[in-house]
Amino acid sequence: MASNLGAQTTIGGTLKDTKGLPIAGVSIYLKDTYDGATSDSSGKFSFKSLEKGEQLLIATSIGYKPQEIKLTIQDAPFNFDIILKEEINELKAVVITAGSFEASDRKKATVLNSIDIVTTASANGDVTEAIKTLPGAQQVGESEGLFVRGGTAGETKIFIDGNLVNNFFYTSVPNIAQRGRFSPFLFKGTVFSAGGYSALYGQALSSALILESIDLPERSSANLGVSFLNVSGGYQHLAKNKKSSWGVGYGYSNLDLAFRLIKQKQDYFKMIQSHEGDANFRIKTSGSGILKYYGSFSKNGLGFRVNSLDTLNYKDAFELGNFNMYHNLSWRENLNNGWKINLGASFTDNNDDISGSIQNQQNEEVLLSGLEFKNFDLKTNGLFFNAKAVIEKKLQGLSALRFGTEYNRSTDRADFTMYNGQEFPGTIKEDLNSVFAEVDIYVTNNLAAKIGSRMEHSSLLNKYNLAPRLSLAYKVGQQSQASLAYGIFYQNPERRYLPAISDLGFTKATHYIAQYQKVASKTTFRLEGFYKKYEDLIKTAFVNGRELADNNNGFGEAKGVELFWRDKKTIKNFDYWVSYSYLDTKRDFLNYPTAIQPGFAAKHTSSLVMKKFVTGLKTQFNASYNFASGRPYYNIRYDNNANKFSIFDEGKTINYNSLSLSVNYLPNVFNQGANKFTVFVFSVTNVLNTRQEFGYQYSYNGVRKQAVVPPARTFVFLGAFFSFGVDRSHESIDKTLSLRL
Amino acid sequence: MKKINFLLLSILFSVSVFSQSEKYMKTMEARVVNVETTRTPDDLKELANAFERIADAEKNQWHPYYYAALATVNVGYASMTPQGGDAKIIDPIADKAESLIKKAETLQPANSDIFVIKKMIASLRMMADPMNRYMKYGPEAQQALEAAKKLNPDNPRIYMLEGQDKFYTPEQFGGSKEEAKKLFALAMQKFENEKPASSIDPNWGKATTEYFLKQVN
Repeated sequence: MASNLGAQTTIGGTLKDTKGLPIAGVSIYLKDTYDGATSDSSGKFSFKSLEKGEQLLIATSIGYKPQEIKLTIQDAPFNFDIILKEEINELKAVVITAGSFEASDRKKATVLNSIDIVTTASANGDVTEAIKTLPGAQQVGESEGLFVRGGTAGETKIFIDGNLVNNFFYTSVPNIAQRGRFSPFLFKGTVFSAGGYSALYGQALSSALILESIDLPERSSANLGVSFLNVSGGYQHLAKNKKSSWGVGYGYSNLDLAFRLIKQKQDYFKMIQSHEGDANFRIKTSGSGILKYYGSFSKNGLGFRVNSLDTLNYKDAFELGNFNMYHNLSWRENLNNGWKINLGASFTDNNDDISGSIQNQQNEEVLLSGLEFKNFDLKTNGLFFNAKAVIEKKLQGLSALRFGTEYNRSTDRADFTMYNGQEFPGTIKEDLNSVFAEVDIYVTNNLAAKIGSRMEHSSLLNKYNLAPRLSLAYKVGQQSQASLAYGIFYQNPERRYLPAISDLGFTKATHYIAQYQKVASKTTFRLEGFYKKYEDLIKTAFVNGRELADNNNGFGEAKGVELFWRDKKTIKNFDYWVSYSYLDTKRDFLNYPTAIQPGFAAKHTSSLVMKKFVTGLKTQFNASYNFASGRPYYNIRYDNNANKFSIFDEGKTINYNSLSLSVNYLPNVFNQGANKFTVFVFSVTNVLNTRQEFGYQYSYNGVRKQAVVPPARTFVFLGAFFSFGVDRSHESIDKTLSLRL
Repeated sequence: MKKINFLLLSILFSVSVFSQSEKYMKTMEARVVNVETTRTPDDLKELANAFERIADAEKNQWHPYYYAALATVNVGYASMTPQGGDAKIIDPIADKAESLIKKAETLQPANSDIFVIKKMIASLRMMADPMNRYMKYGPEAQQALEAAKKLNPDNPRIYMLEGQDKFYTPEQFGGSKEEAKKLFALAMQKFENEKPASSIDPNWGKATTEYFLKQVN
């Protein structure tokens, strides 16, 4: 009571940040009392207190580090100038972004998320097809995968929950790009790095696509999908306590009906068919920890014939049967004192049974002299096991240290049978051990560095490599930042060129990247320039008609400039992005006689993606336009006179243009409490029916050539999806789309 | 002697507690009346700061934390522009409101009005980026409201918020002015019958509901 008898003391002052600018809305008070005030727009505050003696004055505000000041109150008024330091926080801090596009629902640097992926008209629900609308990736249509900044598809690796995925795509088929096996809605986060990525990832010379799988579903639900290609059904169960969930799904596709309606270039004698099943469980192991399992199997096959280019009036037949099984188990947990642990393991078992033959007009297999090599049988079994541990320790502010180890074991068996029954069995085994460490250093909110290094040992090559990585990011304005990245990347020679004729080493690429970006709440602008140097690329030679790795004398370089602009603001309910890539690249690898612009690299690539939701119609309209300048093509053959590979003919394809449209109709969108949810999807690729060339194919003797074109110029898709128990509109859009088109 | 001493001590103790609690009640009452009439982000922030000061000084009272959270979440709603919110601005506010309501919940578990605030926080986060967030925060808001209803079906603020949701949602997305009107009327009925346990227990919302009722009539 005594303290109440004294006179009041006035405590006042001004609050400023480190740049001397006033801060409004700061709470300033005497600890454990009611006495305090809130600073006004000029940073001023003032309050009266009856407290006497030793007190603690505290100033706190969202986004700033709290400040405590000890003071002894007598009767004289106090006047303080208090400076608050900005708190290093994820939202405000600079983000290390050089080279990478993060596409996730996380707070920072969101460029594309999974809904964006499934509503990209040209993507047809395929993850990598949507990524192709971002700068850095090529519009390659004759084979699957991401060709990034002058690199081959084999130089891009895909990771799910940190684990390297083998067989991300369905087995390659001549001149027909295959889809990814994984639905975009399995993932909550997508990071597309076109270069300069973290030391946590290895074995990719050009690019890393890093996918993070979803956690628990929002609710239990059952779903059903029907289209003229496929039927599918599934069930997801969320436990009552919301600590765990499980789910199963099954789908059957048959393209017979679709191909009757949409004429294909190929004549299918074995219709594309697949049985797909998947299962998952997810268990929360603590407030922050989760154990996740995802497993899938697929049994699929196809067989078709096309007119042979090698010999007139005959046909080339191709037949494929595939069985694939994939399991992925991962666990992440936050431990005490800022320690975090991420463990993961995956296992893939992939089996292909491929055969090729020459057939006559009656579709009977025949053996033609000089073309016997076209009749073959190939049975493969690939077992791939991958395990990874990453340990993270949070340091001061946002700084963090990460280190860990990775183990990959692969056993690839390939039994090749020649036309005459002669067998060439072969097994390639590899144990790849890696250790890595990196540190994120936040000097201030405005300046950050990521320094890392990775070391790998390959049992197959019997060699070590050491790859340093470095990125810097500096915030130049409220919403803009500049970044630099440098790194060395190593990769094993591609399996398909093994066994090697002589001892090989790692192939190597060095990346230099400079970037400027400005990210506002609804717009993103990004400008990036890069230089990439390739060394020790694989050169090949032909042995018994097979192209095999011979030495590491290949080399190359790539440089370019890329632009990206996304705007969700200017027009209401309208979202669009534009990307442009300029690429100047040359390389000497495989059987190239000298350094040339490779056939998969276009100089100019550009995409325009647009999305408009019309609320009155409950319909979303999507359109995308993809462009690529013509790509070079070559007829490279062994010149017996010169005893080397030579270019016998070359040319350039026409420019690539493709306009795709899709419409999603959601009759009961946002109907709260609706127990049923329906989506209709209608899409058309290459609406304008433009001729597209993906390259040229030569007969074995180089006499004839023929453009490689898509199986059908235009493809139409119509499907419906029903979900019971929960509003899963977006997943349903995806499920209907994620079929093999 | 011992007994007397003890008696004296306990009287003294209770007196000091009483005077402290009197000061607490008075200070709280003076602020609580402003809860519904404060509108601008600056004034709401000041109100939130004032409640938080009281909360931190008292430490074991849930009301000041509750009101600090309510004023903070309202800072978020008041910072919205017609184009919606910016997650960069809204999220730290929502984080702050969430940490305050968690403290209130620790001191007063299973309270219907605390779940009402949780609903408001989830909706605030959703509004910062509705296209990408309604999948996560829509159900979260719904579940908080269901929990609030379970704990006290007579809490009028539940129906007021439900009414607002129906009011602001376009018709093709399941909104309805008619249903909103019914919910506001139900809320008014509950307001008439609401008997707060004390002068500082949650009792706000009537004026807001009256405002909305005028809009739908």
